[in-house]
Amino acid sequence: MTHDFSEPLAEDIEPETELENNWRQYLSFSTDHKVIGVQYMVMTFIFFLIGGLLAMLIRAELITPASNVVDRPLYNGLFTLHGTIMIFLWIIPFNAGISNYLVPLMIGARDMAFPLLNAISFWILPPSGILLLSSFLLPNGTAQSGWWSYPPISLQVPPGQPINGEFIWIVSIVLIGISSIMGAVNFVTTIFWMRAPGMTFFRMPVFVWSALSAQLLQLINLPALTGALILLLFDLSFGTQFFKPTENGDPIIYQHLFWFYSHPAVYIMALPAFGIFAEVLPAFARNPLFGYRSLAVASLGIAVVSIFVWVHHMFTSATPGWMRMLFMVTSMLVAVPTGVKAFGWTATIWKSKLHLETPMLFAMGGAAMFLLGGVTGVMLAAVPFDLHVHNTYFIVGHFHYIVFNTITMAIFAAIYFWFPKITGRMYAEGWGKLHFWLTFIGANLTFFPMLPLGLQGMVRRISSYEPRYQGWNVIASLGGFLLGVSILPFIANMVGSLLHGQRAGNNPWLATGLEWTTTSPPPRDNFEVIPVVRRPPYDYGDPKYSVIEPPDYHQAEH
Amino acid sequence: MTNDKNMNRSVIHVDESPFPLERLRQSLPNWLKRFLPVRGGRAEDHHGKGMFGFTVFLLSESIVFLSFFFTYIALRLTHSKNWLPPGISGPELSSFVIINTVVLLSSSFVIQPAENALKHHQLKKFRWLWLIAICMGTYFLIGQGIEWRNLNFGLSTGLVGSTFYVLTGFHGLHVLTGVILQIIMLVRSFMRGNYNKGHFGVSATTLFWHFVDVIWVFLFSLLYIWHA
Ligand code: HEM
Ligand SMILES: [Cu+2]
Repeated sequence: MTHDFSEPLAEDIEPETELENNWRQYLSFSTDHKVIGVQYMVMTFIFFLIGGLLAMLIRAELITPASNVVDRPLYNGLFTLHGTIMIFLWIIPFNAGISNYLVPLMIGARDMAFPLLNAISFWILPPSGILLLSSFLLPNGTAQSGWWSYPPISLQVPPGQPINGEFIWIVSIVLIGISSIMGAVNFVTTIFWMRAPGMTFFRMPVFVWSALSAQLLQLINLPALTGALILLLFDLSFGTQFFKPTENGDPIIYQHLFWFYSHPAVYIMALPAFGIFAEVLPAFARNPLFGYRSLAVASLGIAVVSIFVWVHHMFTSATPGWMRMLFMVTSMLVAVPTGVKAFGWTATIWKSKLHLETPMLFAMGGAAMFLLGGVTGVMLAAVPFDLHVHNTYFIVGHFHYIVFNTITMAIFAAIYFWFPKITGRMYAEGWGKLHFWLTFIGANLTFFPMLPLGLQGMVRRISSYEPRYQGWNVIASLGGFLLGVSILPFIANMVGSLLHGQRAGNNPWLATGLEWTTTSPPPRDNFEVIPVVRRPPYDYGDPKYSVIEPPDYHQAEH
Repeated sequence: MTNDKNMNRSVIHVDESPFPLERLRQSLPNWLKRFLPVRGGRAEDHHGKGMFGFTVFLLSESIVFLSFFFTYIALRLTHSKNWLPPGISGPELSSFVIINTVVLLSSSFVIQPAENALKHHQLKKFRWLWLIAICMGTYFLIGQGIEWRNLNFGLSTGLVGSTFYVLTGFHGLHVLTGVILQIIMLVRSFMRGNYNKGHFGVSATTLFWHFVDVIWVFLFSLLYIWHA
């Protein structure tokens, strides 16, 4: 154990370890936001493993130029389900899970606004995910048109089979979408209505701001995808013609609706990650978060701008010139609030004495990788460049720098950071560091080669390629397998520490958020007494503030 | 009693001014403060919290409809030539449809007084008005069913069929949901002790019903008036 700034570990205090005594509640229909949060996180992690397994198969296929491991339809199914699972069953619901756990604690609430709805939102997910996976068993396999499911390709299913992979794909994504919308209603209401007395908007941690922004995007944009998928389903199975070019329909309309959601979706995934950086970096730099207000407002700014950029995914879809220019400009505008964020993180850790424990390593690694992901993103927003690399591995490299190297790393940072709070125990630092370095090296080995490959013209979504691309592909595949291995120390660490880890105490990192003022794990209603908030959220370093005042508020009417 | 307190909270007290705009100006800040609590610590107001959540949900719902409207308008603008397959005249702005529309829209003016009546503990008046609203909603649904049966095109008859049936069908599903909710609320009002729990269900159903009506105004303009 190497934390040099921890308070004495409370060996003698036996916290209410519901986790140990009462593991069954995690398999039950609980309405406790903490239980639901853990349920989300564990379930999505299982899907992450499945999605990762599919990625390993893809990489195995791509290690040689010929198509020799899986056949073409199966390959299509692999990248389609890999992408779908990673987005709709890993990152997005994981963020819902960690927000579920943290938001009520961070704003000083006893639970989410609508606990029953919360449980329903969660329990929609496992059946939807199983349904999606079950399509592997269909005679014609899963959906094959990628996670975009663009018509007309997605409508080209074998005749005479009403229940096909595409049908199942649409139904499960609609179900997952319904779950997300209900979750978003719950989050937005919780953040507006359940804050403890004195918790004004500008006393909310940046993580809460990020969650709020992300959930607002879910509310405003996700229904457009749901609408599009309903129309697609009717085209597929009930003979309508909305998107069928052969029968007067128009597939471009689908693209608009799809990207109207799916561009903001990258921020639905990324904003909580940014929020995690804003919690972890100050805690391990022992510095107040630099520019708290601008970081908070930047979250909303990113959300708002991201609503108006979707056409940058359609530069090659016969989009008129004026529209291309317009959306090129708006896309580049996103760089402004995003730059504010990156500046804030850097200034927070600037010239401070860093405590490089696992959460901090993951947070710094993720934030650093975001640089490359962001820069390649701005490059792609430039129309001429995008026309050049459209549908090549450059795109794949870019978004994996975001979704894996930034967001998934941030998720790991969050898991390590709040593990003591959630379980009441510490994880093993050595294993954590091993996990970090394997992940960091593996991720860069896997995804960096995709950038030069794309620039050289290797097209994505193909199972065989010209031999001249093999060099980089071998590196990427080996990196991919390394990533696969890197998950083992993580699992070992989590399971081992859960059972035998050292007692963590309430606030092992001496962090300042409200969630650290209650026990680890927190009791059923989170706080003995609802705290009254009188301080901004990041008081690191100021001795006057280093301990949050004992709550003196008693809810008057009770 | 917390119940009574909630009841009072759901009534906005303003100096009654004869001019609607002036009343709006007076009540808006008041309403905003209730609707968007800014300083925290408001969780006990279950009615307010519930209505906030429900409104946010309706915002989301309206985007699904918007995506349908967008599809309709875009298809209509770019495919006006082959909009109607040969021999098909499309949905007609008949008096039947107009009466149906009038019934649906005027039901909003029945359901609102019903909710107000409940607010003022006039249970009997509430039940009567509520029952009338249920009948009006049901009338609309039956009317739409009859209209669907009499049309000379089907779901897969060109773009006109695709758009017409999916859009009216999706709206009809909402009307049906609204009627079912109304029936549940009516039944609940006969069970003891339920109607006065801040009557969140009644307020939410009323709001939902207004929402369904507003959507119909747009659908009616797009599908029938634009067509005519
Ligand atoms: C575990 C490490 C991962 C590896 C080795 C990996 C590898 C790959 C590969 C080789 C492709 C195929 C690219 C193509 O042919 O177009 C792909 C596609 C994709 N991946 Fe990953 N990936 C990983 C993690 C993730 C994560 C965490 C996400 C989260 C969102 C993700 C999202 C996607 C998406 C959306 C696609 C596009 C699928 C499509 O083209 O329809 N991946 N990945
Ligand atoms: Cu985008």
